[in-house]
Amino acid sequence: MKKSRRDFLKVAGLSAFALGSAAALNLGSAKAATAEGTYETAPAQLKAKRWAMVIDTRRFTNAADFQKVIDACHHEHNVPDIPGNQNVKWLWKDTFAHTFPDDPHGYMPDRIIHGNFLLLCNHCDNPPCVRVCPTGATFRQEDGIVVMDPHRCIGCRFCMAGCPYGSRSFNFRDPLPFIKDVNTAYPPRTRGVVEKCTFCTERLAKGQLPACVEASDGAILFGDLSDPASTVRKALAENFTIRRKPTLGTGPGVYYII
Amino acid sequence: MLYNAKYIIPGLVVAVAAFTAPFWLNIGTPSYTYPDVAVPTGEDSKQCVEPKEWMRTQHMTLLNTWRDEAVRFDKRTYVATDGKKWDISLQNTCLGCHANKVDFCDKCHNSNNVQPYCWNCHVAPKGNE
Repeated sequence: MKKSRRDFLKVAGLSAFALGSAAALNLGSAKAATAEGTYETAPAQLKAKRWAMVIDTRRFTNAADFQKVIDACHHEHNVPDIPGNQNVKWLWKDTFAHTFPDDPHGYMPDRIIHGNFLLLCNHCDNPPCVRVCPTGATFRQEDGIVVMDPHRCIGCRFCMAGCPYGSRSFNFRDPLPFIKDVNTAYPPRTRGVVEKCTFCTERLAKGQLPACVEASDGAILFGDLSDPASTVRKALAENFTIRRKPTLGTGPGVYYII
Repeated sequence: MLYNAKYIIPGLVVAVAAFTAPFWLNIGTPSYTYPDVAVPTGEDSKQCVEPKEWMRTQHMTLLNTWRDEAVRFDKRTYVATDGKKWDISLQNTCLGCHANKVDFCDKCHNSNNVQPYCWNCHVAPKGNE
């Protein structure tokens, strides 16, 4: 039998296609053998294009005002209280000069220059921690929240060097002995990972506002920055607000009413 | 003609015996049996998220996917193959029923010599203390 080059190529092409598509079919059936369910966003999930927070600093006047919201956060998320310089912070307070270091001149009202300010992760538009993380353990969600995946954290602490707000803490030791009352609904972390505020993603999924917002009696507002009718946008339209270290270009998502 | 046969042949015999020792030593020992794990008995815990046999072989893959979907993609609801919906949470959903870690998780993991590091962070249920 004589075969032309043309016929040979036809058969070869068809065979190659058959082999290739058979492999694809096999792949499909292999996947079907380990069939499992599908994944959805939680039904009560609160959604936003860009979550943001507005802190009314006029309503944080004494230590109890701060402690109330800090305790709410730290208890909810099993944040340990370690004495010394190895402490872990999600939500904490500091002076004006440390919070807004650009121009803390001495002629400001006493309330400002001697006052304290609530600090937390700013959930930046352009987060340096995400850019430097070598494993992708920290990343920015579509709704603007910068979250940590402790499963992937290798503890290199690049993010701590990258963050200009000191919002990240490293677990130098096992945090469990330093957690007074463990909240079993939320996993604590382990030695060797970095952690920080998550804007309570796990609460948003259940339709609840962040723990600090709930505990603050309206002194902290939380909402969608892209929605002109949201509480945060109203507060921003009615009050003068500043953000921390805006010149760095990180685009913080936490605003302070002064 | 094999040079130094008086060293080489005993050496080979010893080597073959050493390599096959696990087979000889295990002749007559009872074969592996699936450990008797404590299965939850409560009213709401008759059925796991997926069938028992599938969970036995695939729970680690499922837990990995649960972790990634919840933490990385914010998808916190699992729709099982039977259509039932579950909250994705090792701590609250899995351990809610399987409250006896020592007699459930550990029994199998120990007999198979697996050391999962879930419990480095996740709080082991108190039901076993």
